[in-house]
Amino acid sequence: MNPTIAWITARGLFGRRRFLLLFPLPVLVIGLVALGRASGVSNSDWGPAVLVGLGVAVMLPIVALVVGAGVLGSEIEDGTAVHILTKPLPRREIILAKLVVAAAITVVSTAVPMFVAGALTDSVRLGAGLAAGTALGAVTYSALFLLLSLLSRRPVLLGLAYIMIWEGLLTNLLSGTRVLSVQQYTISVADSVAHTSMLTGRVSVPLAVVMAAILTVASTVLAIDRLRSFTLTGETS
Amino acid sequence: MTTVELSNVSRWYGNVVAVNDITMTLGPGVTGLLGPNGAGKTTLLHMMAGFLPPSRGEVRVAGAPAWRNPSVYRILGLVSEREAVHGFLTAWEFVLANAKLHRLPNPEAAARRALGLVEMTGAQDRRIDQYSKGMRQRTRVAAALVHDPEVLVLDEPFNGMDPRQRLQMMDLLHQLGDSGRTILFSSHILEEVEQVSGTVQVIVAGRLAASGDYRSIRRMMTHRPHVFSVHSSDDRRLAVALMGQASVTGVELSGAGLTVQAGDYGTFTRTLPKVALAEGIRVRRVLPSDESLESVFSYLVAS
Repeated sequence: MNPTIAWITARGLFGRRRFLLLFPLPVLVIGLVALGRASGVSNSDWGPAVLVGLGVAVMLPIVALVVGAGVLGSEIEDGTAVHILTKPLPRREIILAKLVVAAAITVVSTAVPMFVAGALTDSVRLGAGLAAGTALGAVTYSALFLLLSLLSRRPVLLGLAYIMIWEGLLTNLLSGTRVLSVQQYTISVADSVAHTSMLTGRVSVPLAVVMAAILTVASTVLAIDRLRSFTLTGETS
Repeated sequence: MTTVELSNVSRWYGNVVAVNDITMTLGPGVTGLLGPNGAGKTTLLHMMAGFLPPSRGEVRVAGAPAWRNPSVYRILGLVSEREAVHGFLTAWEFVLANAKLHRLPNPEAAARRALGLVEMTGAQDRRIDQYSKGMRQRTRVAAALVHDPEVLVLDEPFNGMDPRQRLQMMDLLHQLGDSGRTILFSSHILEEVEQVSGTVQVIVAGRLAASGDYRSIRRMMTHRPHVFSVHSSDDRRLAVALMGQASVTGVELSGAGLTVQAGDYGTFTRTLPKVALAEGIRVRRVLPSDESLESVFSYLVAS
């Protein structure tokens, strides 16, 4: 991990207006939970919809996408990546620094609100479960979306397609696709910690953890290799 | 002695050939890479800086391939054309970060030296996004120079600079070249190259059109037929008088005025006023009609 790259990345992320995109969704999740509590309706009626339907299925991947595709993608887009790339550093070091920053920011800005939301909905145990699952999901998504930013000049679009089409649509229709759904890993891990009827894990916990690890490592290795072959294009081309 | 060697380098994008079979060796001193826009200069520079693999041929920096080899950046600095800097940093933070990324033993001293070289010390604590274009450019040069590289590659470094900043940058490049570094900069402006470098590589449409000492290339460029369109108070009489001049190779008379072909730019431009004065003709307009760089370059390619 290279501290200078991590420092520039973090400054760049907080310095861009895109950073403000991180706040509305977590605030919305906690706000809806507070509203549900105040309404007096049983939490089993609104809990799963808010915590899983909005928190795990929307907030987590969207925040991870904004951060993960931004840590390197925005530097590639505006050309500042050149300053980091023209250094005699192993490309591994650059990717790892980017990944650590992306994962740390995503974990903090999703697992913390999920903990608060879970604790307010039912119990601290539910909060802890959601935080654990979300943290695993956040790391995996970060690696995935970081890779996307090296594979395409439109990582956000591709990321949204994965979130909405693969995870949102296909995993509900075809059970086989769940094995490759970060959302399912997140729910399974959260369920195993929280043990509540609010969450229904649909893949086994060992599978979820192992698949998350494989996806994270494979994405990172591929990203490192892609960065080694990074090409610059001229302004005219 | 650190050199950059290109042997039979070609690069194409799909069906478009950007660089076509170029072989050149760059040694210490300042070399200008001259060519019209779209000639393939940036493609060539990107290959030298390891940001593009050649489709064919080899690019070596100090004997090692540039592509997929980050260790070349120990001896190579790049100032890219795209004016991209981390605007949220100050010049000091930015150059210092670059020094740290190079793992220099004393990054503070290196950053101070580099900022001093480009005369940015006074403004180093302001955010880069508040700088003028020229200051940003100098900051980027400082970042590229922070590890005191043997080879410095600059893509259109004078773009957006005012004349004073240009002069300053040219001085800096001269100093670096004189101290034994290999400096290569690209430009599409003849006069920039004239002021900076002794050695020129001219590329046109992806090919190396001319290479060598600046003066000989300049002579090739000036000692070529030039076409002027001239408008005067008596075009016919002026045409007759001009035909008697050795520097004039042809005159065409039309409703719009005279089209004069001259063998040599300098001689003709000195002759015309003398002839007009002797004949008592008032010259209203003289326009060199083929002075675009492209025509100069295409002449070079043809010759």
